[in-house]
Amino acid sequence: MAIRLTVNGIVREIDIEPEAPLLWVIRDELHLTGTKFGCGISACGACTVHVNGKPTRSCTLPVGSVSNSEITTIEGLGSGALTEVQNAWIEHQVPQCGYCQSGMIMAVSGFLAENPSPTDHELTAAITNICRCGTYPRIRAAVRSVAAKKRRSGS
Amino acid sequence: MMITRRKFLIGGATAAGALIVGYGVWPSRRIARMNTLAARPGEQFLANWIKIANDDTVTIVIPHCDMGTGTLTSLAQMAADELDADWTKLHSETALADPVFANGPMAEGDVLDDRNMNAESIPDFLRGAAASTFRIIAEYMDLQTTGGSTAVRLTGVYGMCIAGAAVREMLVRAAAERMNAPAKDFRTEMSRVIHMPSGRTFRYGELAAAAALYTPSAHPQLKAEKDLALIGRAIPRLEIPERVNGTAHYGIDTTLPNMLYGAIQISPVFGGKLVSVNEKGVAQNRGLKRVVKLDDAVVVVADRFWRARDAVAALEPVFDNAGNGDISSKTIYDRHISALNGKIKQDFVIGAGSGALNKVGNIEAVYNVPNLAHAPMEPVNATALYKDDGTLEVWAGSQDGLGSRAFCAKVASINLDKVTFHLLPIGGAFGRRLPDLWNFLAYTVKTAMAVPGVPVKLIFTREQDMQHDYYRPNVTCQMRAALDSSGMPIAWVSDYTTDDEANDEAHILYGVPNQAYGTAKVATHVPTGPWRSVESSWHGFFIESFLDELAHHANRDPLDYRRALLKSHPRHLATLDLAAEKAQWCTPLPRGHARGIAMVECFNTIVVHVAEVQVDNGTLQVHRIVSAADCGKAVNPDGFRAQIEGGIIFGLSAALYGEITIAKGAVVQENFADYQVVRLADCPEIEVYIHESNSRLGGAGEPGPPPIAPALTNAIFAATGIRIRDLPIKNHALGVPGK
Ligand code: FES
Ligand code: FES
Repeated sequence: MAIRLTVNGIVREIDIEPEAPLLWVIRDELHLTGTKFGCGISACGACTVHVNGKPTRSCTLPVGSVSNSEITTIEGLGSGALTEVQNAWIEHQVPQCGYCQSGMIMAVSGFLAENPSPTDHELTAAITNICRCGTYPRIRAAVRSVAAKKRRSGS
Repeated sequence: MMITRRKFLIGGATAAGALIVGYGVWPSRRIARMNTLAARPGEQFLANWIKIANDDTVTIVIPHCDMGTGTLTSLAQMAADELDADWTKLHSETALADPVFANGPMAEGDVLDDRNMNAESIPDFLRGAAASTFRIIAEYMDLQTTGGSTAVRLTGVYGMCIAGAAVREMLVRAAAERMNAPAKDFRTEMSRVIHMPSGRTFRYGELAAAAALYTPSAHPQLKAEKDLALIGRAIPRLEIPERVNGTAHYGIDTTLPNMLYGAIQISPVFGGKLVSVNEKGVAQNRGLKRVVKLDDAVVVVADRFWRARDAVAALEPVFDNAGNGDISSKTIYDRHISALNGKIKQDFVIGAGSGALNKVGNIEAVYNVPNLAHAPMEPVNATALYKDDGTLEVWAGSQDGLGSRAFCAKVASINLDKVTFHLLPIGGAFGRRLPDLWNFLAYTVKTAMAVPGVPVKLIFTREQDMQHDYYRPNVTCQMRAALDSSGMPIAWVSDYTTDDEANDEAHILYGVPNQAYGTAKVATHVPTGPWRSVESSWHGFFIESFLDELAHHANRDPLDYRRALLKSHPRHLATLDLAAEKAQWCTPLPRGHARGIAMVECFNTIVVHVAEVQVDNGTLQVHRIVSAADCGKAVNPDGFRAQIEGGIIFGLSAALYGEITIAKGAVVQENFADYQVVRLADCPEIEVYIHESNSRLGGAGEPGPPPIAPALTNAIFAATGIRIRDLPIKNHALGVPGK
């Protein structure tokens, strides 16, 4: 059975069962390996992508349920150039092993799009992704700096 | 004393240090092999680990895996500084898993053969501390191990700096020869050799080919501290840009033509054997290629990972329990206690040892730490292709590329030269991928051999990763002490269980005149292995908690008490003082808030953490961790700080939540749902301060975690009077963040 999927703006037809988890379709059918497998039970956030702009954990999401949605992966974030969030990640030297960071950046980007100037409390309530290397202090600093820039530029 | 494999790899490899001096010296046939294997057109190896291209690009080849500790940058900084390389044209890359890039201390054979020496003529720089351990160390020659925080303090100091300085001298010599001028008339800067009298300059790229003909010196002139330009600078890490846009390529991202996928179920009870599987149940499954029955596991090979994963579960494999079906954490703990009450094997005594204990009135406490999983974000996995011609190709992350290659050859019963091993970056390891912890490689190779001609990527699900790890040991410790009339300890006795051997990390630095250490051996069926900070992860908790108990018994401030016992250790005192000052140790806190302090030195780095907590109606909040660390000098201070921050959080997860328990012989926890770890919401504010000293360089990756648990439990005691002697904290009636 063919499923129509829009990923990073490109429409594709994939011969796959509707119950296949979106994560594995992205990784193994489309070979977009920036989205990671961490737990498979929606507990860690490594597999976060945007579904119609909303951060969503893809490891437990049946591909059949998103055939009419716009899916964005880390490879499609920003159009060619790095986003503000990605630049802040570099500025604050956030990644260690980096494995969680695609999911982290997708989760934070989606969250900031909704709430450009969050309090620390709002941030920590929204971002529940796991980083085993322990980059949280830098994630917090990077998000604070993006939010502060937004506030200064009044947007 | 025998140096065991684990001890050598993870413990203090200082004896090996002397052997590594002279890394720059490699005979030309080695250089030729390096060029064949790893030089691109226009590139040229000049010494081990350093390539220079015609266009002046300098590439530093790093004999460590990349698992997030920043060695691609810090080691390159060390080589490039001595080389006076232009950092803007510098690359660093991971070494191939080939003996020519081996980073063990040099093998006996290499030293003797390549230098035309025999055992009697070992040169000066190999003598001394190293002489007696030479042969033992030589056995480890085929290792490219990353562990024990060895990268900067061994590879860097004894390898990278020497190689960089030696190559710089070769380039100067090439320029001098060209101008027929004395070498002392030249200086180097930004990948250029400059003839000072005339101002004429040569690019490194134009000198590389000529310079490569010289033999690198084993004793090049190293820079004076004041001339260091890159070492000690917080240079942005080279590997970061590809980690923000999804292009970093880990072992799990390996993609090959016609590749199949494997999913595994291993006997839940360690040691159990596969009895049966229900193959009929999956016969019609789409994409199913093969059911591979192994001794203690079953693998389904399919055209997609998720299909393999679902099919292996549907097989409903049955395993026996190898007679281990009645073992639980409780039965293991009971064995620990009865072993500690039985005969203790003395390890080390100072003064009168336990003879200095009182007849009555000693202070005694029993501590316990549970098993822990490594649980890195990237579940273990590997890809292998076994070809019909009997060769094997493997793609995987490992903490030892060359050792893994040898291991895969052994599993496949073929020669090393028939195996190619592609070492790929790792999504965190923390010890999980060290030698002897390679079940994922063994299962992958065996699976590939069952489907020859096609590459297979075998991925452990998180559940398999968590239930088939090699765990931080569960250790129980009986502490006893006697105080003098002023409240200072006169006897310190530590007896602890071990499944291995006695641990030097049990020994205290504090000035207690009588000390005794002993072990009670308890082997269990639970596989164990090094876990970030290794033995210090348990002894740090035991020592720093018990010392805090003594301070409270003596009615003394825990910081003052420590200071009084460290009079002859200025580095430790200074690091303690720095942490205390930054944490405002002496400033009063609101009701319900309290601070706790702990200090652990390991891998030659001293780390002090001050934890500030609040306990309100049984709910614990960790507000702030202030940390001071002395690693001699931080090669990359920002990278060092990042490692300590990460270590604090790794230790915090363990202290608050971490616990692998055993029931009916098997691990109970399966995934992050029941193996909770710290997330953003329970991450305290963290401040890390570096205390510089002139001590030899210390590690960065390992030393962060050990003091965190005792700093926290000491703070909890200060806030509530509740003394936590067994981890994790979540098992105690306080409430923990996020709960
Ligand atoms: S892999 Fe999807 S949340 Fe962990
Ligand atoms: S950077 Fe390694 S898991 Fe987050």
